[in-house]
Amino acid sequence: MQYIGAAAMAQIFHRSTNTISRVSVFGAVFFIALLLWLFDALNRSPYTTQQGVARVQPVQFSHQHHVGAMGLDCRYCHTTVERAAYANIPPTKTCINCHAQIWNQSPELEPVRESWRTDQSIEWVKVYDLPDYVYFNHSIHVVKGVGCETCHGRIDKMPLVSQHPNLQMSWCLDCHRAPEKHLRPRDEVFTMGYVPAGSQEEIGARLKAEYHIRPTFELTDCTTCHR
Amino acid sequence: MTERTPTPPAEKPATPPGAILAPGYTFTTLTDKLASIALSRRTPVVWFLGAAVGFGLTMMLLATITYLVFKGVGIWGVNVPVGWGFDILNFVWWIGIGHAGTLISAILLLLRQPWRNSINRFAEAMTIFAVACAGLYPLLHTGRPWLDYWLLPYPNTMGMWPNFRSPLVWDVFAVSTYATVSLLFWYVGMIPDLATLRDRAKKLWAKVLYGALAMGWRGSARHWQRYETASLLLAGLATPLVISVHSVVSFDFAAGVVPGWHSTIFPPYFVAGAIYAGFAMVLTLAIPLRKVYGLEDFITMKHLDNMAKILLATSLIVAYGYGVEAFMASYSGNVYERYVMWNRMNGPYHYMYWALLFCNVIAPQALWFRKVRRNIPALFCLAMIVNVGMWLERYVIIVVSLSRDFLPSSWGMYHGTRFDWSMFLGTIGLFIALLFLFIRMLPMISIFEMRAILPEAKIREEEA
Amino acid sequence: MKSTVDSQQSTAGGPDIAEARTKLGQLRGREYWRSLEELLETEDFREHLHREFRVPIESAVNRRELLTLMGASIALAGLTGCTRQPTERIFPYVKAPEELVPGEPLFYATAHVHGGYARGILAKSYEGRPVKIEGNELHPASLGGTDVFAQGSILNMYDPDRSQTLTERGQIRPWSALLAAARLALEKERAGRGAGIRFLTGTITSPTLEKQIGEVLAAFPEAKWVAWEPAGRDNVARGALLAFGEPVEPRYAFDRADVVLSLEADFLGSGPAMPRYVRDFVSRRKAEGTNRLYAVESTPTLTGAKADHRRPMSPAEIEAFATAVAVAVGAIASAAVTNQFVEAVAADLEAHRGSGLVLVGESQPPSVHALAHAINETLGNAGKTVTYSGPVAGGPADQAEAFAGLVKDMESGKVSTLVIVEGNPVFTAPADLGFAKAMEKVGLRIHLGLYDDETSRLCHWHVAQAHPLEAWSDARAFDGTVTILQPLIAPLFGGKSAHELLAAFSDQPERTGHDIVKDYWNGRLPGADFELAWRKALHDGLVAGSAYPAKPVRVRQDFFKSEIRNPKSDIGLTLLFRPDPTIWDGTYANNGWLQELAKPLTKLTWDNAALIAPSTAQKLGLTTEDVVELTLDGRKVEAPVWVMPGQAENCVTVHFGYGRTRGGRVADGKGFDAYALRSSNALWAGLGLEIRKTLRRATLATTQHQYGMEGRDPVRAVTAEEYRKDPAVVARMGEQPPGPKDTLYPTLPTGSYAWGLSIDLSSCVGCNACVIACQSENNIPVVGKEEVARGRALQWIRVDRYYKGGLDNPETVHQPVTCMHCENAPCEVVCPVNATVHSAEGLNQMVYNRCVGTRYCSNNCPYKVRRFNFFLYTDYTTEILKMVRNPDVTVRSRGVMEKCSYCVQRINRARYAAEKEDRPIKDGEIVTACQQACPAQAITFGNVSDPESRVSKAKAESRNYGLLTELGTRPRTTYLALLSNPNPALPAANKAGEGHGGHD
Repeated sequence: MQYIGAAAMAQIFHRSTNTISRVSVFGAVFFIALLLWLFDALNRSPYTTQQGVARVQPVQFSHQHHVGAMGLDCRYCHTTVERAAYANIPPTKTCINCHAQIWNQSPELEPVRESWRTDQSIEWVKVYDLPDYVYFNHSIHVVKGVGCETCHGRIDKMPLVSQHPNLQMSWCLDCHRAPEKHLRPRDEVFTMGYVPAGSQEEIGARLKAEYHIRPTFELTDCTTCHR
Repeated sequence: MTERTPTPPAEKPATPPGAILAPGYTFTTLTDKLASIALSRRTPVVWFLGAAVGFGLTMMLLATITYLVFKGVGIWGVNVPVGWGFDILNFVWWIGIGHAGTLISAILLLLRQPWRNSINRFAEAMTIFAVACAGLYPLLHTGRPWLDYWLLPYPNTMGMWPNFRSPLVWDVFAVSTYATVSLLFWYVGMIPDLATLRDRAKKLWAKVLYGALAMGWRGSARHWQRYETASLLLAGLATPLVISVHSVVSFDFAAGVVPGWHSTIFPPYFVAGAIYAGFAMVLTLAIPLRKVYGLEDFITMKHLDNMAKILLATSLIVAYGYGVEAFMASYSGNVYERYVMWNRMNGPYHYMYWALLFCNVIAPQALWFRKVRRNIPALFCLAMIVNVGMWLERYVIIVVSLSRDFLPSSWGMYHGTRFDWSMFLGTIGLFIALLFLFIRMLPMISIFEMRAILPEAKIREEEA
Repeated sequence: MKSTVDSQQSTAGGPDIAEARTKLGQLRGREYWRSLEELLETEDFREHLHREFRVPIESAVNRRELLTLMGASIALAGLTGCTRQPTERIFPYVKAPEELVPGEPLFYATAHVHGGYARGILAKSYEGRPVKIEGNELHPASLGGTDVFAQGSILNMYDPDRSQTLTERGQIRPWSALLAAARLALEKERAGRGAGIRFLTGTITSPTLEKQIGEVLAAFPEAKWVAWEPAGRDNVARGALLAFGEPVEPRYAFDRADVVLSLEADFLGSGPAMPRYVRDFVSRRKAEGTNRLYAVESTPTLTGAKADHRRPMSPAEIEAFATAVAVAVGAIASAAVTNQFVEAVAADLEAHRGSGLVLVGESQPPSVHALAHAINETLGNAGKTVTYSGPVAGGPADQAEAFAGLVKDMESGKVSTLVIVEGNPVFTAPADLGFAKAMEKVGLRIHLGLYDDETSRLCHWHVAQAHPLEAWSDARAFDGTVTILQPLIAPLFGGKSAHELLAAFSDQPERTGHDIVKDYWNGRLPGADFELAWRKALHDGLVAGSAYPAKPVRVRQDFFKSEIRNPKSDIGLTLLFRPDPTIWDGTYANNGWLQELAKPLTKLTWDNAALIAPSTAQKLGLTTEDVVELTLDGRKVEAPVWVMPGQAENCVTVHFGYGRTRGGRVADGKGFDAYALRSSNALWAGLGLEIRKTLRRATLATTQHQYGMEGRDPVRAVTAEEYRKDPAVVARMGEQPPGPKDTLYPTLPTGSYAWGLSIDLSSCVGCNACVIACQSENNIPVVGKEEVARGRALQWIRVDRYYKGGLDNPETVHQPVTCMHCENAPCEVVCPVNATVHSAEGLNQMVYNRCVGTRYCSNNCPYKVRRFNFFLYTDYTTEILKMVRNPDVTVRSRGVMEKCSYCVQRINRARYAAEKEDRPIKDGEIVTACQQACPAQAITFGNVSDPESRVSKAKAESRNYGLLTELGTRPRTTYLALLSNPNPALPAANKAGEGHGGHD
């Protein structure tokens, strides 16, 4: 068929439009895919998760010094970690126990002394901040042979504490789906830089049985963490 | 090029009864007449009135949606036990309406029914607009709409997947596929006409707009050959969808335990109902359109007659559905099933059930008579009645069943609030607005397909 | 559709009672119905529902701010969608308290004082923040159970409307200013030896406070102590006085009673010992096969609902009935109208000498109490099922009289200093006394109260009171047992206790409540070492051996004035006054939990109504929700009508506590004030009531306005006889469930435990304690009247109430319904986002943070136990309300589904404890909130995979049945069928259409 109009008509579009249109048609697909990928990447990025972001604290408390250099046990300060859901932040008293004698003039520690004088809490910034609908219990993990290091990383190498994992749900599930990959003997729970004596698979499997760790289909019940 | 206004044939013989195209047209006059609707400068006053109504209601829709997102679904009448009200009910209603388009385009195309050519274009448009309206509801009926994307299976930081056992997830796939295919089908089908408009447009913006949309169609043999393949492919793809979409929608209810929902008859019964509703809506639109734009020559009595027949046939299927429901209820001997039917007929919502039976079963029986089928006002009224009837059907299925299920202690009543209504009217407004834009901007009757049936029509003319 | 709804509206009057009767006549089998409207499906019923959707939306969501709304929603949306956790701070202790471990609760034994009487409780506290009340097993009035008031009281403490300052004429003043004022007043009075001083209190059982008042009275001999308890026990004392010549208090041993006759006594629903009596009563039902309960009452109560034979009678008829029974058993010599019922009851009591019991309600005149005492003595019940001891409450024996006297003194200007300790007399005083007016004549008025209420408005001084959980005090239980109340938290608003106020009138005004109470007990506690004894008393929540010993008393022969009133004589309409089942005398009027709690029998929320018998309503052409004008002694009040099946003919019941004008934002403007009709000479029943129908109608929000049993069997009830003969009868009452293999779904892997719940309908009295306990434990918000009216109530437990039989005297049954935790849960299949899934241990888990709110699960739940947050119901803006929330349970936001979780937080807590000790969870180690609160111990929770567990044993009974098991849902919550024990000598109770019983 012939179009009467078309013959007499001048060109509206330049030749290049063909290419442009072809490119744009297929390009659109990739562009949308890119946007989605960006969104997802942002969602997993430290910007959102705060993973590895060292927080500025009112007192520049160094775990590296106290744990790494002086070799304090975690439980000296975080006393409730074995019996309660929360591993408590130590009261000012705990700091003063030592710092009444040593470094008792250091300007670094003024906020501590002030807290002691005024009976006002030191306002620490929360580093591991789970959403309010997530119920994590330290004591049970400690008892079942999950090392501090497993979630908190090499605290003994952190001048300022930062969040070791991304704390996203899938990260929690990694362990709840395969605990044997992360279990360690109870007496190694508080050690930093623990190296399994032998293959982790064997040890993990053994400990899983020994500590009566519930099967995956139980550990991954929603109510394990959400109520 | 001189101003060319469409010139209908000088002496205009009456359209013979069986004809699907009035006599006396040439390729040129036909093209002129159809293209002029989109391009002509004179827009009928009716258009402005309609568009005004449509846009007004659309604004109301937007206002309602805003309020809804800020306050929560509580602004609707939904409660426990009736967790779904106007939201899902209107979703099903609109989806149903969306059916005729694809049916006409795809199935009738494959069945080589030439009479479809003059109605398929705006039937398809209607489909897309209806699906758009329908889609709004499931998206907004959730308590936290901003999380709707959780229904999509995608790799996420929660390590979670949607529940593939849930009919709502099936809906997501069914409806989105249907929407996509219908859109493609509609657009691809329009390309040659877009080219025509591009070539006939006077203003530059029009040339550019239509030109871009026409994607460089030149009507070369290769174009036509590819076009044919494409449309056949799409038709093949679309055909099963006509069946699948509403079957899946019906699973939302059939898969539930609620007495009045839990029934194996639902898929076929819903599909029939959908086609029923679809054709009713096509008629509702076609009748005024052909009047306003003087398209009697293209949408002839033959078309209306055929559609009326389909309406009658589907109404019988639907009626059969109601019958079976009632029969199964009593036959099952199940106290809950029996009560559901009793409740529909005598409960607090009985007026809805009887109204529905009148609209969907009694009234359409008039179509057995040729007189009625060829009486345009009567036809229009019937179509309207069926539209209402299908809405009532969904109300009875969804709300009435939920309002009284198993434990009498938890029975309750449901009434749409003003926000339910404003949202419903709003979607109707959106539908009208889109439709009027389409009528104004695009060829509502497929030009080239009409040209295609012209030779045959001519031959009949000579014979006559 | 609107038009069609409108077309339904009708101006037609109320339900046609006659029609109702015929309908009931047609009923077959165990047909239960819920209310007249549903029975008749009247136009008004539809109209009522039609009105529901005209309720303005805004009112449902006031105080909801946009930002908090969106913020909260997004917060719940969680880590998805790139929401960063806002930086949070940690405030550690400076010096950590020894016993306190963050996140671990501590329990303190104290008491909830209700109507002056103590009931032992354990208050649960996190980081020094009390969040939950539980029963104290050691305490005689509790035995571990609680009632709705104890459960709800915690919310009162955190009530933002509580008065927060000490004011003089509206000006904020320091405590010292009041002390000075008190000094000054005392100096003025010293001359007149305190003739102008009056102390007005509620019922006081606190030994310390009695001593304090005593000391002031000793210093000022002319001063007087007046006590006024709106729902007081005067009649009990008067009755005892009449019968024995001394005001002893009866104490009942239901655990030893086989036949109980209750004359208007609601011992299962209210009273100082309610939890204890419920426990004793049902324990007898369980242990000794079944005991038998006859209830005779003018207005339906929970006791009547539980009775095997119930008869509605007007107060006059009850007195005649009591006389007749007394005559029949030979307690008194007189002529009396007798009938089949009287004879049957008398015979039954005779047959159970020593194990029978007749008790009388506070609202009955002294004569009836005296008759009961006589009957009990004659039948040798005294000393066995009923014992007597000295009065527990201090102050004047006859409160009403003393109170009337006070008002007279005030009017005559004799009173110059009025100290009102607790209570709200301006609101609760009988209208005829004109207390408020008389107050103007008093020179100095001081009011101590939790709220800045109607009374404090008319007082010069208002002292913000410390909540019982904030202050030291002590109180006696019904049997005299003393509990020392210890504070769990420093007064939130710096309130003062009654002890501290009284100290202001002593010579040591500055003493703290702690010192006052401790000093009093120093030397009074058993044991050599006081500190040890003190600690023990605090730990146990009671002072060992402080219960009053039983006192032998003899009925005086001449007590009975034999004059036979003719009960049939037409005395017109009688107006009955009763404390409200959920907000009592108005004390709890500003408590959202209790306001929204459906009244056990009417299922009414947020309102009181005038309860009228169907026959009377028919006579007067009234129907539910008609607004009528009640006129008594020329005083008028407008009230909505509630047609109450089982109400005595010609009796209209109104409940106290509503119609507040200064009660707080929850209380104000709800219902009507019944006190306005009350007169001091007819405190409980006023004769000569007039009713005038107005043209207006009210909207009453009820949680269950819907339909009857429709030939279904949610509640399976049989007589003990039938059951003994054929235990399988219960199983046969419903359709048979499909076998475990009849499912397409694979059977889920079963975990270490399989949790299940069993509810014994024979034990359940329908008291609602479980509902509030659940609300408190699980942070369930209050939604408001409009939302309840739209069917959006949020409580996780609902107690269904069904009627059976005739309109005038139907049988009433209660059925608590929670999530059934189906093994094949219909809700789980349909959730598109896996927000509700099954746990390995059989919990139907609801994950709020995953829920997008399609409501599909609720639609597909056959039990309709899922609740949806249609709006942002949780109050995110009022800071103090955050303190009452349980930190172990997620606070739900808008747009998510919620429901009973079997208290999974408690399960997990028990699991941690067990796994840390590397042992399995013991049976009974997990106690759900509802189970803990239940005074009847009707609820059992545990591991159904362990055949030895108590719940397994319960489910093994042949009374056990599941709801709608024919659907194959395999519910983990099941019921034990209701057993009744009717007297074979009487016609099978309450057949449809049976005339209004007793006198035919």
